[in-house]
Amino acid sequence: MSAKKPRQKMPEQNPIDRITNFKEVPLGFNDEMAKLEASRCLQCAEPKCVNGCPVNVDIPRFIKFILENNLRGGIESIKEFNILPAICGRVCPQEVQCEKECVLGKKGDPIAIGALERYLADWEYQHQIKACPDCQPPNYIKVAVIGAGPAGLTCAADLAKMGYAVTIFEAFHKGGGVLVYGIPEFRLPKDIVKEEIETLKMLGVKISYNKIIGKILLIEDLREMSFEAFFISVGAGLPLIHKMPGLNLNGVLTANEFLTRTNLMKAYQFPEYDTPIQIGKIMTVIGGGNVALDSARVALRLGAEKVILVYRRSEIEMPARREEYLHAKAEGIEFQFLTNPIKIIGNENGDVSKLKCIKMELAEPDESGRRRPIPINNSEFYIETDTVILALGTRANPVLTKSIPELKLTKYGYIETDENGKTNIKDIFAGGDIVTGSATVISAMGSGRKAGKVIDEYLKLKHKKIIRYFFH
Amino acid sequence: MPFKIINKKLLGKSGTLFEMVLETPLIAKKAFAGHFILLRNDEKGERFPLTIADYDAEEGTITIVFQVVGKSTKQLSRMKIGEKILDVVGPLGNKIHSEKYEHPIIVIGGGVGIASAYPQVRELKKIGNEVITIIGARTKDLLFWVEKLMLISDKLIITTNDGSEGIKGFVTNPLKEILKDKKVSFVIAIGPLIMMKNVVLTTNGEGELPWVKTYVSLNTIMVDGTGMCGGCRFPTKLGEINFACVDGPDVDGHVVDFDNLMKRANRYTSQEKISADRYEHQCKCENRLKE
Repeated sequence: MSAKKPRQKMPEQNPIDRITNFKEVPLGFNDEMAKLEASRCLQCAEPKCVNGCPVNVDIPRFIKFILENNLRGGIESIKEFNILPAICGRVCPQEVQCEKECVLGKKGDPIAIGALERYLADWEYQHQIKACPDCQPPNYIKVAVIGAGPAGLTCAADLAKMGYAVTIFEAFHKGGGVLVYGIPEFRLPKDIVKEEIETLKMLGVKISYNKIIGKILLIEDLREMSFEAFFISVGAGLPLIHKMPGLNLNGVLTANEFLTRTNLMKAYQFPEYDTPIQIGKIMTVIGGGNVALDSARVALRLGAEKVILVYRRSEIEMPARREEYLHAKAEGIEFQFLTNPIKIIGNENGDVSKLKCIKMELAEPDESGRRRPIPINNSEFYIETDTVILALGTRANPVLTKSIPELKLTKYGYIETDENGKTNIKDIFAGGDIVTGSATVISAMGSGRKAGKVIDEYLKLKHKKIIRYFFH
Repeated sequence: MPFKIINKKLLGKSGTLFEMVLETPLIAKKAFAGHFILLRNDEKGERFPLTIADYDAEEGTITIVFQVVGKSTKQLSRMKIGEKILDVVGPLGNKIHSEKYEHPIIVIGGGVGIASAYPQVRELKKIGNEVITIIGARTKDLLFWVEKLMLISDKLIITTNDGSEGIKGFVTNPLKEILKDKKVSFVIAIGPLIMMKNVVLTTNGEGELPWVKTYVSLNTIMVDGTGMCGGCRFPTKLGEINFACVDGPDVDGHVVDFDNLMKRANRYTSQEKISADRYEHQCKCENRLKE
């Protein structure tokens, strides 16, 4: 019977209004919707959804708490597994993780797990309740986490709960990594990230900002400061810039620069905030991932008259989340699929004026499993545009790894680890995008959790040995 | 943890050049010639780069020198001793290669770049190089650190565009004279893009003078300073895309496309003006309120 109830649809800011502001697009469930949605859950004896979650949140349990009207119990039960539920409820690709495994999805729509997770987290925030998991007594063993993105925050929280004295070193002046510089306000309000980081501080985690490890302090310096283990979670922050004529014209910028200026530096509030941003009339974004969509939607909100997204494959191959694609489409972003840019053309002032493209068609699948795009002869055409944003992916940033020459890297500069985040150096562990290349927030969190466990094992063993040495 | 201003003074007689000493113990420990920092004045501020013009690990301080050009530098110039700058990140960029070279080295500093030239001269001199320093400014009121540089250089040559002090004209005039009859190991040029471009044109071996290895110090627009934003990218004549923040700031001047860089340097000019005018207006209002 329960399966017959329709999946509750989250209310949204309507497209005409939302393209004029940076406020959040999905507005969240109200109490009634949350109850209705929760009542659809079959409470499976062997829930598949839990396996679909990279940090194995006990999903049926928190849904049951909602039904029982015990929202506090619900949020506490999530936080046993996931310290950042307000973030995950918003940006996790649930459709390919927990919700994909939901039994209801076989015949109809799966439970809206992400929306319910967000509902509980928002309830906690609105009621200023800080559900804080219990901590072990402090053991005064110092651990350094490098990078305050999702992997680092999770690892730090887990270790703090185990009693370790954790310090996170962050290059920027704010914590959150990609959550603050990459994902825009309308998809993830920055107050929420701030709030989740406050939870970490309640656990006793220290955050040291403006510290680029590898420059101001080396791992060696940190060892001298009596840090005993290191978790490297510096992300994959360097933009991939494909060589194309015209790349250095004014009006061509990376999505990293465009989004960092807007999100972290708040250029959308210029001149109230000092950081400027170029706003074009017709802005073109190259790429098909979430970062490309974020850039396009930011461009629209900044006041571009028209925003075009150019992607060399077709709609189906887009790596972006479907939900975000639909949002972007509703907002009026123009999509040019099967189109590959080949040259950026400028005017006499050195500003972008046109983008030369070629039409593509799909051939047999390549190593990524997606059908390979190939150019169609004599199909070149021009897009009139004054801004070109490159959202073609990222790669590893070598600033830190270069300062640890003995650390084993892959040929692309990512850190080589086992499945738990162990590197070839016994006190150094790593996780998140600096190991996997760019992936999702939740998978980074999953790697932070795994590494937390092995760091604990490593330190316990080390200290046991020290105790043995002294007492025997 | 904000960063305290330990000392501040006006440089030269123009009223637009400032020297500031900042309390930054960790940065001071690692700082070396060639390094720079990124600053953010306050919560609403932008991140902007400045060269570390001096450093003292024991005192735990670094020195910056800046000229008031826009809102952020104007605001910084109004901060008082004892006040704090919200964010200082560094040391960023690569340090210079300080080795003993066979022939003399020419270090050229133009405008506010005179300050950046100072630590380079000092470090190169410290390990036994012969260093000829050339400094240049529009007019004598914009000159500074002349005595400081005289003390550490084997020879100091001063040029001003208007001839109000030293040789009249550009830094390239004495440079040409030296290169005519002296073999030098390399030239370092730090200053406005147009000056560095002219230095490179002098040493590229295409005129009457021989080719000389030349480093230029790029001070481009940047956001993060770690290679993330790509805003500081510059094309090289070898077809590579380099980043001033992580591949520089000192780079091989002969591969830099200066014309492109000059255009790129102006890409936020109109917004910068809005910001500066707005700040000027706010300052005036504040002053009026005080009266």
